[in-house]
Amino acid sequence: MLTARNLTVHLGHRQILHGVDFTAKAGEVTAIVGPNGSGKTTLLRAITGDVGYTGDARIEGLDVARAKPWELAARRGVLSQFTGVAFPFTVAEIVRLGQSNGISGGGPDLGERALARVGLSGFGHRPYHDLSGGEQQRTQLARVLAQVWDPTGKDGANWLILDEPVASLDIAHQLEVMTLARDFALSGGGVVAVMHDLNLTAMFAQSVALMAEGRVVTQGDIGHVFTDENLSAAYACDLKVNTAPANATYILPHAASA
Amino acid sequence: MVAMTHVDAATASDRSTTARWVMVALSVALVAISIASLFVGATGLSPLGVIGDLVAGRPVDLRAQVVIFDIRLPRLSLGLLVGAALAVSGVVMQGLFRNPLADPGLVGVSAGAGLGAILAIVLGGLLPPAVGTAMGYSLVPIAAFVGGWLSVIALYSISTRGGHTSVATMLLAGIALAALVSALSGIMIYLADDAQLRTLTFWGLGSLAGATWSKVLAAAPLMLVGIFGAPLLARGLNGLALGEPAARHMGIDVQILKRFAILLVSAAVGAAVAVSGGIGFVGIVVPHLLRLSTGPDHRYLLINAALLGAIILILADMVARVIVAPAELPIGIVMAIIGGPFFLWILLRRRGLLEM
Repeated sequence: MLTARNLTVHLGHRQILHGVDFTAKAGEVTAIVGPNGSGKTTLLRAITGDVGYTGDARIEGLDVARAKPWELAARRGVLSQFTGVAFPFTVAEIVRLGQSNGISGGGPDLGERALARVGLSGFGHRPYHDLSGGEQQRTQLARVLAQVWDPTGKDGANWLILDEPVASLDIAHQLEVMTLARDFALSGGGVVAVMHDLNLTAMFAQSVALMAEGRVVTQGDIGHVFTDENLSAAYACDLKVNTAPANATYILPHAASA
Repeated sequence: MVAMTHVDAATASDRSTTARWVMVALSVALVAISIASLFVGATGLSPLGVIGDLVAGRPVDLRAQVVIFDIRLPRLSLGLLVGAALAVSGVVMQGLFRNPLADPGLVGVSAGAGLGAILAIVLGGLLPPAVGTAMGYSLVPIAAFVGGWLSVIALYSISTRGGHTSVATMLLAGIALAALVSALSGIMIYLADDAQLRTLTFWGLGSLAGATWSKVLAAAPLMLVGIFGAPLLARGLNGLALGEPAARHMGIDVQILKRFAILLVSAAVGAAVAVSGGIGFVGIVVPHLLRLSTGPDHRYLLINAALLGAIILILADMVARVIVAPAELPIGIVMAIIGGPFFLWILLRRRGLLEM
């Protein structure tokens, strides 16, 4: 269980989060959606301990504000929107950083298995800086996976906290990464992901929190949250759920998950 | 080192295997070069003669004894320590600033340490005699440590905002810091008497000449703390290469890491500058060569840098002693002749570095 109660965050003089409540259950993919600037990433940064907050945030009972970095690292891995790498590491060396800092231990081949999970088998020897943006992002995901490889530990679920994990990926890799997240949840782990693509969210998330203007407007299952009224109000534009635009080209990725 | 561009084709595990072999090779080379350095200099000594005497238990020729044990051995020890300390400091600073151009000499840390040392040399006499006597030779290294420490803190807080270091700000702040420090040093030089002036001039050029056992013993503890403490930061510096948030997410206490890194660099650079003056470029040449050959993994990089830094400094010192014998060139000049072009080569090869 990951819970946030009455979270308030100020950055400088601006208040970004206004008393946010948020809950994510192990065994589910919980998505956070909302327009730009609605506070999605800030909420994520609060529950990963990156920004100070008032209120209460806990991962499996562990108080985020008080826990030591290594205690948190043993419970959850975090994928940021962008991770800059300062020195010429290889892909395998990056992934191994996650493993050597994580709790999973794993075997010497854990790095290779993590790379296989993100579709980067055989990329281990490549210089990280020679990869495309999407490949770099998947390398970082493999590093996060290597940190919390097992979905559950002896103290409960382990968590993957992902900030726009599919933003720079092509559609096949979007599906691959979301499937990976769903499998992690189905094996008992917890997943919290900030999402931009509402269709992908509807396909893969069991619970979704809709944010607007620094507040969680509503949280629940997809059918409950994704209504014309909720989405149109939050995104400030007319949105229709389950209605394909007439006489226009559109791509439905739904066949892939069937 | 030239063939190392092909390292791309090697796997990561190969690189760590390579790094271990490099460690062995450097250790062997260091021992060989250290022994060789005892027999190179203005006074010709036959290595075989001295070693033969030692092995056979004959008394060693008195002249050889003095030259080796009182002049060259302390000088060798100082060279080993200074070379290792400067190279390791380079690696730690570069890891801390997340940029391969952060070198203690370039960004004003050595200058700050130098100011501490100059203050101690010129104004040390003003201290209460009891304090002066108690600190003895340690006064200059400790003053240099404090000077270096204040400079790193100033530099870091100026160039880093929210965990992101601006390289341009770092280099420019280093220039400003160095200018300020050299002005203050200038004032001190103005105040100095003739004897102090002579000391300051030779010291500023960077030299291992005048090494004595008491000098070595006074500066060794601070440098040893830096050299042997740094490998403890290896895992943290590896994590920090992915940025502060990622390092924290992987369980590293970034604040503690940064504080220790700054202290270790200040101790090592401060003591090195106090005893040898301005020897530049070791901290940038050595880590760069090692990253090219064995990758940026700090677990190997820090140890190999200590070894290679010591080797390069001893070699440079041998050149300095031989090239204009019986006089000698300050080693700082030798290192600048090698290091200046090398630094330009790095810049030309990777013009993108400054935009990072």
